[in-house]
Amino acid sequence: MGYVPRLEADRSVYADLGFKSGLEIHQQLLTKKKLFCHCPAGVFQRGKYDAEIIRHMRPTLSEMGEYDGTALMEKRTRKIIIYRIKDETACTYDFDDTPPFKIDREALGNALEIALMLRCSLVGELHITRKQYLDGSIPAGFQRTAIVGIEGGFPLKEKNIRIIQLSIEEDSCREVSDIGHTRIYTTDRLGMPLIEMVTYPEMLTPDEVAEAAQYLRLLVRTSGKVRTGLGAARQDVNVSIDGGTRIEIKGVAHIKWIPELTHVEAFRQKALLLIREQLQQFVTDPAGWQITSKQITPDRFESLPVLVSGDIKPDDQLMMINLPGFKNILSFFTQPGHCFADELSGRLKVIACIERPNMLHSDNPVWFADDATAEIRSALQAADNDAQVLIWGPADDMPTALETIDERCRMAFEGVPNETRKSLADGTTIFERVLPGPDRMYPDTDSAPIPIESEYIETIENRMIVTMPQWLDTLREWDVPDDAHYYLILHGFIPLIEKTANETGWPKKFVALLFGHTFKGMQRRGQLADTFDPQMVGDVCCHLSQNNIDRRWVREVLKQLGANSGHSISVVTSEVVHGKLTLEEAADRVKDLADQFNNVSESCLPDAQVRWVVGQLKPLMQGSVSQSELAVLITRELSHV
Amino acid sequence: MSDAIKGYRGAARDVLDKFSVEVWSDCTVQTTRGEFKGIVLPRSETDDDQHVVLKLITGYNVGITVDTITGMIAAGRKEAHYKIPEKEFPVSPNKPNIKLFGTGGTIASRLDYRTGAVIPAFSPGELYGACPELADICNLTTDKLFAVFSENMGPEQYKKLAIEIGKAIENGVDGIVIGHGTDTMHHTAAALSFMVQNPPVPIVLVGSQRSSDRPSSDAALNLIHATKTAAESDIAEIMVCMFGPTSDEYGLLHRGTRVRKMHSSYRSTFRTIGDIPLAQVDREKITPLRQDYARRRDDHNVDILPFFEERVAMIYYYPNMHPDIIDSLVDNGYRGIVIAGTGLGHVNKPLYPAIERATKAGVAIYMTVQTLWGYVHMFVYDTGRDLMSRGVIPSENMLPEVAYIKLGWALGQTDDLEKLRELMLTPVQSEITEREPYNGYLILQGGIPEVEEFLRKIHK
Repeated sequence: MGYVPRLEADRSVYADLGFKSGLEIHQQLLTKKKLFCHCPAGVFQRGKYDAEIIRHMRPTLSEMGEYDGTALMEKRTRKIIIYRIKDETACTYDFDDTPPFKIDREALGNALEIALMLRCSLVGELHITRKQYLDGSIPAGFQRTAIVGIEGGFPLKEKNIRIIQLSIEEDSCREVSDIGHTRIYTTDRLGMPLIEMVTYPEMLTPDEVAEAAQYLRLLVRTSGKVRTGLGAARQDVNVSIDGGTRIEIKGVAHIKWIPELTHVEAFRQKALLLIREQLQQFVTDPAGWQITSKQITPDRFESLPVLVSGDIKPDDQLMMINLPGFKNILSFFTQPGHCFADELSGRLKVIACIERPNMLHSDNPVWFADDATAEIRSALQAADNDAQVLIWGPADDMPTALETIDERCRMAFEGVPNETRKSLADGTTIFERVLPGPDRMYPDTDSAPIPIESEYIETIENRMIVTMPQWLDTLREWDVPDDAHYYLILHGFIPLIEKTANETGWPKKFVALLFGHTFKGMQRRGQLADTFDPQMVGDVCCHLSQNNIDRRWVREVLKQLGANSGHSISVVTSEVVHGKLTLEEAADRVKDLADQFNNVSESCLPDAQVRWVVGQLKPLMQGSVSQSELAVLITRELSHV
Repeated sequence: MSDAIKGYRGAARDVLDKFSVEVWSDCTVQTTRGEFKGIVLPRSETDDDQHVVLKLITGYNVGITVDTITGMIAAGRKEAHYKIPEKEFPVSPNKPNIKLFGTGGTIASRLDYRTGAVIPAFSPGELYGACPELADICNLTTDKLFAVFSENMGPEQYKKLAIEIGKAIENGVDGIVIGHGTDTMHHTAAALSFMVQNPPVPIVLVGSQRSSDRPSSDAALNLIHATKTAAESDIAEIMVCMFGPTSDEYGLLHRGTRVRKMHSSYRSTFRTIGDIPLAQVDREKITPLRQDYARRRDDHNVDILPFFEERVAMIYYYPNMHPDIIDSLVDNGYRGIVIAGTGLGHVNKPLYPAIERATKAGVAIYMTVQTLWGYVHMFVYDTGRDLMSRGVIPSENMLPEVAYIKLGWALGQTDDLEKLRELMLTPVQSEITEREPYNGYLILQGGIPEVEEFLRKIHK
């Protein structure tokens, strides 16, 4: 079908596909308390719990009087939801037995500040809205959320990206497991304040999507108003291509996964469009298209036990289904390592709650023996171009399973169904649920609107320090490679780089990379003591420059300093630059070092000075002199002073 | 106020008028904070007049500050039609016929823009649309008697409800369900226990603690439990059917005279006080917890006693209560007073003369306990004996609210204080019990290791 691996794809590949992508970034805010109750934020229960609560979810109408598609799907799954509660991290509000308390002002202030950074138009009054989630991830069945600002924007290297909206909302539960009809959650993360930043679908290549995600991440991180650490920021990525539809890839944990995920999704959509084309050749009347099915018993065919060895449980029902015109469609490529049959299997798991493996199909080499195949085809009155699938699972789930197969196959005539998909580490995605629309919104009747006065906005504007966009411009001006930007900005190194470059006269790009590559690399490899102050990098540069030592030595000096923390820059530099000291050279340095000691230490112990100088000189003279000989030398030199 | 600008007044109304924009207009608003596009929504009357509410295309609502608005342009209209999909309730000759009376409350509800709160929706078709499981249980007919929140229920409603129940029984229904707001459900349950005596079928009051416009609402499951009880149980009494635990697991059937709402917002708020509930009910079965209940009968007989004297009051005693509280009731012509006294049924000495004056004036004074659990024992201390000598009558272990309702009902039938006393102290349906079982008082204390262990094992 013309799949191009990402590393071989250039801009034109995406232009031809009509690739478009937008981001929804969820970022937890740094606050003491949760958003609508007074539980502490940021405390985790780590598997322990005090009590369990059970709930079922039912769809309700939106404010405009419609049912949401996702809600109806979740209703069909008939899930039992179990919440595991730990007393320290959840109260009766969290499990929806108490109405909300007033919104946390710290969280609101932080959200407004970030909305201002993104140049959003701020609302005059915050209206708390309920966004329905029937998957159970919130015990109330809805998330309380409110728009803080709309229509903002931010710059990428080559273009500007617009923001649709920024909202403040409460976080959901963490899923523990989801097996069959039982889904388990913990409630520690529930209710923590977060913001959601939504961009227009204006990123036109996978790399642009990652760049935009990185920009937003940096902007909020440098604000100091957000939480960091695992799960504190989660990206949802929307992808569409020409003729396709908006697919939301949920919960992308790492920005570096984004390019591969969006690339693969674009091609999945292309594959589904090709499948539609191929189907149209064999199925002239999609509206009249129908599956037929027959129940079979496990002992019906001799080859069956081999095919499904161990996958079928004793009480499972087996259903053979004929899909007219679907020959060669089920094995059609959709994503690397996946084919169209996986689209069916994924929905069987999520909607009918049948654990995988849950099906086999006739396009697969692993299928019934020829005589059995012929028998099956005749029993289902299959035509040459038809495909067959065998599904199995609990008898109660079979009606939903058949409906699900029928529904997904019909969607193949349309092209790309609206879906939310879950991201996997290998860059592929699986079906998570039907894509929800605006019909899942409902005003929160438990809370009054909150005015956002102009004076309040002014106080936030006055306290706000936005450095990140200027820093990014500065780094670009200095021609510092992109891969160093994130680290340098996050650690606030730009002023130090500028000062060092000015004092040494060295190129700014060179100094920046000392921090962004050398220093960062040493940190990552554990070559620096925890106490190593980044300021030292600047000091080393200045020392070299003042002593007219070529800057090519700087990396080696840093390395040695890192390995011998506590040694003075001058000593290490000289060792690196001039090699090991002779006894005479060492004697010449004693006086300088003794003065340095007097500057840094106030110790009154009689031999403290000697011991310190020994410590400084010893590593530079290794092997050539013993510690006691050195002490004698130093004592003698000092006595001359 | 014109419907075209629902809920808007003052400055907000002026700005809508100025730019000829109405509620439901699809419009673009220019403001000093930026441009906003959306549908103008009605505004709650209790909110301020400084903001206009828009629904954005994303489904979110936002408020725009009136004095930041520099222009509004309307282009079209989209009005919400909030309607629960109505489907005809299926009828099957093999299923019991159940009558559902509506009084208000949140069993089924929809958004009310006037107040921003939810208002009830009700017809069998709507209920079936929202809760199709009901059709597996019974044939349902509904009758909306009132549309009031439970705090607005009172004697008029109690009497009307009793009479309507009588008619339904006469017409041969197999069970009755009453949708009711939860705040005063136990008052109504008590009133019906006295006004509807010896019914041949179950009469079940039900409500919800979370309105049915939220996915986690307890409304549907409560309604399923209540309907199942009315249709299938052999308990022919007045009951309250609400969640047992906060989990979606089972409901409890509480006797109408021994039940009380005990938490302002929990789902499992109703508890039987001083006794154990009648039964547990879930989607599959009804499990009686005791055997001493009135059994279902085939006849259509019932005693309807729709009486209520409204000049009855209840006083929650507090230290330092002054006698003028009681004096003012007497001076205002009240005929009965229920006191919720401290401990075993006590009030302070300064009230004695006022109490004496009241009883001499023919006012009936009955003592209950504000501890809720336990009996009034007025022989234990001098205070109790002093009060009885001044005419105060101890009402055993009747709950204060139940005593209040019963006194109103009894005074509605007689002026004779002796006859009144007999009515008050002769139990109709366990409002006074002869004995208190050891497990009739259970308030587990959280934090204690064995309680915590228990909580880990059950579903809360």
